[in-house]
Amino acid sequence: MKIGFYPGCSMKGGAREYQESVVALAKVFDIELVEIPDWNCCGATAAHNLNKELSLSLPARIMALAEKEGITDIVVPCAACYNRLSVTKHELAEDASLCSKVTGIIDLKYSGKTNILNIIQFIDKYITDKLEEKVVKPFNYNTACYYGCLLVRPHAILNFDRVEDPQSMDVLVKKSGGNAIDWAFKTECCGAGMSVSRTDTVARLSGDILKDASDRKAEVMVVACPMCHSNLDMRRPEINKYLDEKISMPVLYISQVLGLAVGLDAKTLGLNRHMTEVILPDKPVKNAEPAEVSKKVANPEKMEA
Amino acid sequence: MSRIGVFVCHCGENISATVNCEKVAQISKELKGVEFSTDYKYMCSDPGQTMLKEAIKEHKLDGVVVAACSPRMHEPTFRKACSEAGLNPYLCEMSNIREHCSWVHPKDDLTTEKAEDLVRVMVEKVKKNKALNSIKVPVTKTALVIGGGVAGIQAALDIANCGHKVVMVEKQPSIGGHMSQLSETFPTLDCSQCILTPRMVEIAQHPNITLYTYAEVEKVDGFIGNFKITVRKKSKSLDEHLCTGCGLCTTKCPQKKIPNEFERGLGFRPAIYVPFPQAVPNKPVIDRENCTYYIKGKCKVCEIVCPTKAIRFDQEDELVEIEAGAIVLATGFDVLKSDFFPEYGYGKYKDVIDGLQFERLASASGPTMGEIRRPSDGQIPKKIVFVACAGSRDPAKGIEYCSKICCMYTAKHAMLYKHKVHDGTPYVFYMDIRAGGKMYEEFVRRAIVEDETQYIRGRVSTIYEKNGKLIVKGADTLMGAEPVEIEADMVVLATAGVANHGAEALAQTVHVSYDAYKFFAEAHPKLKPVETNTAGIFLAGACQAPKDIPESVAAASGAAVKVAALFSNDELTREPLIAVVNRQAPPVFSSCVGCFLCQSVCPYQAIEREEIKNRNGEVIKTLAKVNEGLCQGCGTCVALCRTKAIDIHGYSNQQVYTEVMALLND
Repeated sequence: MKIGFYPGCSMKGGAREYQESVVALAKVFDIELVEIPDWNCCGATAAHNLNKELSLSLPARIMALAEKEGITDIVVPCAACYNRLSVTKHELAEDASLCSKVTGIIDLKYSGKTNILNIIQFIDKYITDKLEEKVVKPFNYNTACYYGCLLVRPHAILNFDRVEDPQSMDVLVKKSGGNAIDWAFKTECCGAGMSVSRTDTVARLSGDILKDASDRKAEVMVVACPMCHSNLDMRRPEINKYLDEKISMPVLYISQVLGLAVGLDAKTLGLNRHMTEVILPDKPVKNAEPAEVSKKVANPEKMEA
Repeated sequence: MSRIGVFVCHCGENISATVNCEKVAQISKELKGVEFSTDYKYMCSDPGQTMLKEAIKEHKLDGVVVAACSPRMHEPTFRKACSEAGLNPYLCEMSNIREHCSWVHPKDDLTTEKAEDLVRVMVEKVKKNKALNSIKVPVTKTALVIGGGVAGIQAALDIANCGHKVVMVEKQPSIGGHMSQLSETFPTLDCSQCILTPRMVEIAQHPNITLYTYAEVEKVDGFIGNFKITVRKKSKSLDEHLCTGCGLCTTKCPQKKIPNEFERGLGFRPAIYVPFPQAVPNKPVIDRENCTYYIKGKCKVCEIVCPTKAIRFDQEDELVEIEAGAIVLATGFDVLKSDFFPEYGYGKYKDVIDGLQFERLASASGPTMGEIRRPSDGQIPKKIVFVACAGSRDPAKGIEYCSKICCMYTAKHAMLYKHKVHDGTPYVFYMDIRAGGKMYEEFVRRAIVEDETQYIRGRVSTIYEKNGKLIVKGADTLMGAEPVEIEADMVVLATAGVANHGAEALAQTVHVSYDAYKFFAEAHPKLKPVETNTAGIFLAGACQAPKDIPESVAAASGAAVKVAALFSNDELTREPLIAVVNRQAPPVFSSCVGCFLCQSVCPYQAIEREEIKNRNGEVIKTLAKVNEGLCQGCGTCVALCRTKAIDIHGYSNQQVYTEVMALLND
């Protein structure tokens, strides 16, 4: 199976382990991820503040290149890239004149029919059904699933999961044998792009997130965004200073959690690349049965209705 | 040859300022078939009407065209005048040269010409008019009131006190509705039960009222004055005549942990139960879904302990046929389910409750005997956050409209709390305070000033539990959208008022229209607020839109007056402008071929089947027949009839074509 892969800048830099784990996980399920040739920057936070046409042209070019390769689904693991591609697809579909203007700029054929999948949608579409039978080492930890802002917003465009109390990652963690805890900061802001300019703010915001998870006995935090990861993981010294307490809880990508559950080793999944050391003591599996997943949660769309 | 009179009105200057009325009258006189024509400053005035009547007699007119305002305004006036002069009222037509001409065009020759055209069109139509007689329909002087909340109670008592029979049907085992759940009522803080229960008793004892509780309307047939209703009386598993309401069975029932609906889940009840101590009727019902006998086949403790042997396990539902002349819908409202807001934690945290649950906590007969104690651990909360608009005015997640009652009841809740917990602090997050009503604004001010309720203008983003407290995060938009965080002991959500569960199905059963939110639709938002589009069916209370108690009661009394007016005559008189299926001599009988497409599109269920039989009693043809009581003259059937067998009296195809041709042949 051939599925497009858009890494964006982070997969090639600070979040190499995210790409490594996604690719490794896909391989377990016989899925080949094809990097879109000659891909460019998604525009991220900068472009749409400066030039609307530019901010639409950059993602449009990525999707047009994918179309050229005959790719119908693109996996976009970074939540910010996912947001930019999805928003562009939506805006161009809504406004035909804008669409023709943008396709003029990129000088490529663009139909807007490519599916943009975030990491969870990718897993749900291609992996979830076969996940439970492949789990060899249940991820038997109290896990706090942290969704952040861009993965589920804006709901009107993405129509993915519940905005204020998302559940999709919790379901995956449960299917991997983990205990997804109920906690309060699932979608609070981590500080995002202020990581460099206002590290103090990031320390406060990310600190409150980690503290709540830690107070509720979480042993590990799971994310699906490289920006969230770097704030929660890399800014740990500042966070610990702000909290005046040492929080040693590791922060993993959802692809790494699933990878561990299906038996991939720590090195393949890039666990060694995290700033906060990943120490996950072996724990006896409480019951052989896979954790029960409530059907109510499995269909977030229905709950919104 | 017709003898038509044309009467052109100046309407003061409303028409004559832009239309040359004298000229219109002169030109009209030249029209074929016009015998007389004149103009006058106010045709609707007494001298104007006298002029019309005298002209009819003097010139022996057989048709009248009044060129004036909209027929909606004065058609009844002029038709009545014609009738008094001995002319059939349906031979009088109005030509609207005000709204359709003088008001919308400048002073110009063209404007006058348009007025002339409009008169000519009507003159041609009147030539085709036929004398019609109004329709008489008999009236059954019994009203059916569906719903036994405060609105239904008020409507039933008002109608019954006018001397008419009333049948009240209530779904629950007791009447009383939501009002019986409330603690105290705004803006006077009088006890809800104290003002309601005497009226509930009055319903039960009134000689003109028949009460069916634990019953639902299953089918409605017929039309204004002549409804036939089937009511399903659900089995109470009890012989009501034998039961004395001693309550022994309810104390001995082994099932004791069934969430109590009346207490909004804050308390428990047995399987054989009376919903609340002041219930009317005060006799129990068995909830078969939770009864040990119906689940496991044995128990029958209630039957053993009953001193009058009133328990009937094998009792079946009973269908009752009711004949009624009018129906009042008073089925009330529901509160929005709170899973629209997972971030508020309703259902997840025990101490996040809705407004109706708070009413039960504050009620002297409630699960805490009127003490404000939080559900999780029974502690007295020292800080309560009230969240207004929890679902209302929120097109993204909740409903778009304002639920209207929440601002007031939230102020009341804050006040009641403060009166019971003197050292407590109530906070209210709100968008706007909408306190329109007599003594309403003053009431809210009292909550703010005297009872020191902390009103914060802003919305709550999330609520989570931490160390036994509920952390409420929100914004104070009057302080520059400053984030606010309150460690509360309890949170009360003012959840939106929505249409009753099952309102849509009932509307379809009763044949009334409803809006996008499933509230029943009134016939006109301003001038017919308690009528529906279906003649003889009226609305009372919150089944129409969120309403507070005074408004519900006022609407109920309004509906009751409409019913009483309907019942004031033995026969109903209706305008004869209805559809009619043509009839011809045998063997054709009618050009109707009996396809009954008309029946499938009629919004009023007015098309019936008529069988033509020969002298041996064999059916030789089936025709459509219009029920004169039900037809509203909308004309949908006419448009669909393939054989042109249906026409509308007063607006026949021929009349409309004639009007069009009059314009084209100019």
